[in-house]
Amino acid sequence: MNKSSVAYIVSIATLLVAIWLGVSIGSVNIPISTLWNTAADATATNILWKIRMPRVVLAGLVGASLAIAGAAFQGLLKNPLADPYTLGVSSGASVGAVMTLFFGISIPVFGMYTLPVFSMVGAALTMFLVLGFARLVDHSMKMETIILTGIIFGSFLGSVLSLMIALTGEELRQIIGWLLGSVSMRGWNYVTMILPFVIVGSIMLWLCRRELNAMLFGEERAHHLGVNVRRRKFMILIGGSILTGAAVAVSGTIGFVGLVVPHMTRLLWGADHRHLLTLSFLNGASLLIICDLIARTIISPTELPVGVITAFIGAPVFAFIFYKQRRKGAM
Amino acid sequence: MLQVENLTGGYGKKAVVKAVTFAVKKGEVLGILGPNGSGKSTLLKLISGILSKQEGSVVIDGKQATDYSQKEFARKVAVLPQLHAHAFSHSVHETVSLGRYPHQSGLFSSWSKDDERAVNEAMQHTAITRYKDTPIELLSGGEQQRVFVAQALAQEAPVLLLDEPTNHLDIAHQQQLLDTIRKQAVDKGLTVVSVFHDINLASLYCDRLLLMDQGQIAAIGAPQDVVKEQMVETVYQARVKTQVHPELPKPQITLLPDTTGEIQPFTVTLEDFTVSSDYVALRTAGPLKTMSSAVHNAGTGWYRAFVNRHVDADYDSDDVKAEMAAYLEQQGFHGTDTVGMMTAVTTEHAEVECYQGDFGTVLIAVTAGVGNAVDVSQALHRDRAPRIGTINTWIIVNGTLSDEAFIQAMITATEAKTKALQVETIQDPLTGTIATGTSTDSLLVAATQQGEFLPYAGPITPLGKLIGHGVYDCTIRAIHAYKKAKGWTST
Repeated sequence: MNKSSVAYIVSIATLLVAIWLGVSIGSVNIPISTLWNTAADATATNILWKIRMPRVVLAGLVGASLAIAGAAFQGLLKNPLADPYTLGVSSGASVGAVMTLFFGISIPVFGMYTLPVFSMVGAALTMFLVLGFARLVDHSMKMETIILTGIIFGSFLGSVLSLMIALTGEELRQIIGWLLGSVSMRGWNYVTMILPFVIVGSIMLWLCRRELNAMLFGEERAHHLGVNVRRRKFMILIGGSILTGAAVAVSGTIGFVGLVVPHMTRLLWGADHRHLLTLSFLNGASLLIICDLIARTIISPTELPVGVITAFIGAPVFAFIFYKQRRKGAM
Repeated sequence: MLQVENLTGGYGKKAVVKAVTFAVKKGEVLGILGPNGSGKSTLLKLISGILSKQEGSVVIDGKQATDYSQKEFARKVAVLPQLHAHAFSHSVHETVSLGRYPHQSGLFSSWSKDDERAVNEAMQHTAITRYKDTPIELLSGGEQQRVFVAQALAQEAPVLLLDEPTNHLDIAHQQQLLDTIRKQAVDKGLTVVSVFHDINLASLYCDRLLLMDQGQIAAIGAPQDVVKEQMVETVYQARVKTQVHPELPKPQITLLPDTTGEIQPFTVTLEDFTVSSDYVALRTAGPLKTMSSAVHNAGTGWYRAFVNRHVDADYDSDDVKAEMAAYLEQQGFHGTDTVGMMTAVTTEHAEVECYQGDFGTVLIAVTAGVGNAVDVSQALHRDRAPRIGTINTWIIVNGTLSDEAFIQAMITATEAKTKALQVETIQDPLTGTIATGTSTDSLLVAATQQGEFLPYAGPITPLGKLIGHGVYDCTIRAIHAYKKAKGWTST
């Protein structure tokens, strides 16, 4: 059995264990068999199907989206410190979301989905503004241009966000809570809402797996190897932005997943994007499911925002990786 | 295979390459040369499509480059970049495998047997198979460059474009890399176009060279038609001299540094000679450009010590050169600085004389013995092994000699020597005819390469006259001394 098969088996097994833990552990412990046991207690079935399952699935989808987008962005930008938030897309999504909270917007057609819809619109607008502006600055759209444009837009949107927070009265807690990121109390509707974006975005990135390998050696090299660099770059940027926007829209900004998961995956199984993308997807799902489990159980009955947990675990892990890498480079 | 017509283009609106036209045949290696900023790399980028052209056309395998899709183009043209850094770790095999990208299509296109074969072959040709699973960043610069050559070879494209492939490599790696590429070009009929920084390397490895100057072609053709002193001096604005390559008919250039202020002027005089029973020696204040048929350091070179060593008539050694080198060191001569000859004649009978001309002086030193005299016109049927040299002639010129002058000096000296033998009626003991020389005569011409420039040394040139007269004079005297020592004459 070769290394990549092992990688897939281990990652899938981890994901299954994560789902099993995520579904069964909580304020009430419920055996996973309840899922298919028709004779099970009705309350348990309800908790499992209506609360735990959608939460676990949503956490999984958000984690998977952020991780695969992170892996693709790091490869495209040839920068191990890039993450899905680099392009400022998440700031756009946040502005959209916070705006609905700040102004108390509620559009009847969308009802409770007003916030995620606004958030996604914010993400999409930002993405096109960033890419459009970058193109305006530099027709060939070099990666440096795109990164800088992302940073410019990101900081501008960040200040808009701060302004709204500063002017906020009693909704502050709500806004902060949303910004910290959470997947609680969303239900199946959120899952169905994010699912198409996750599928489309992931497929777009997965289709570029070989091109990402080539682009690691530079755009010029990729061009020589026969990659249509501009088209692929657009595809990866848009795919990654769709995933990021969708994830932020349903769960707020959950940091470090997109940064740490691709890193760990690369460390364990290598930098070949033909496997890295899929493996990051699986591991991202596992990680966020576990983090969410910790968030809701660690100081139960109080729930922590999952973003706090990912940052708590992610930052030290990342610092460790960074330290190890730099040490290795120094030798 | 590759036709470039009227190609014009560059960065932005500025045309760096202007109306360049050339064609490369299948299996040919074309080197692009030119000073920094002459547009050689830009030309390569215009051909490979990294930069878009403003005018003209690039035709590859009978089809416009712009009519190929990106992948089709990569199946026709592989490009080897200069060395570069990379952010993430790939194994050698993974890196080489990327060369198969243009051959893969479809959503799930899997790795075929043909892909694996191409990758393995490419790794074999570049001798990196043993690094297969090593991350590339752990390899040395030369090895990394070989990995990228393998990647380009794995593309199996009939055209290979290289941009200074040997940049930053040491000479061993330069040689390995270019040998590999050259071999691939010959074995597989690859068409290779490569930018070179080093004119000598380009001359060695290319069938034809293209010299760029300010975005235009200054010269194109076989290395000997492009690597010319005048051409290189005008285009590169550097003082150079071409030289022959010792093994190949490929011209090489060498820089002529501006060291005029550093050279201490000196002349060779009779006082520089030492004559003893062991040897005749000359030590000079500066190195002399020398051409000789000596035992030690024969051929052309720069030397500051010259030794004509006396050996016994029964001298015998398995390795004359090694014995001679050891002898010189033992006598306090520095091996790399010294030209060494041998003679069975008593060196005390050497004739050393200084002759004054308008341009300066010529010093002649001759040791002569005629025991093995030979009539060269009758020598065809002799079967005796040659013995130790007997007439050794040195010509030391205080002046600057051209290459022609060196050779003419040798002709003139030989003619004078032969005349001396004739006048002295030295006979070839075997044939009874007048001898023209002995069986192992040696000749040395050396010049300070300072002072007046002496382009020719034929018999009626100022230099030739002195050489002719001097060699004749000294040889006669040396023969007299020899005859006297042998008791043949009473004078």
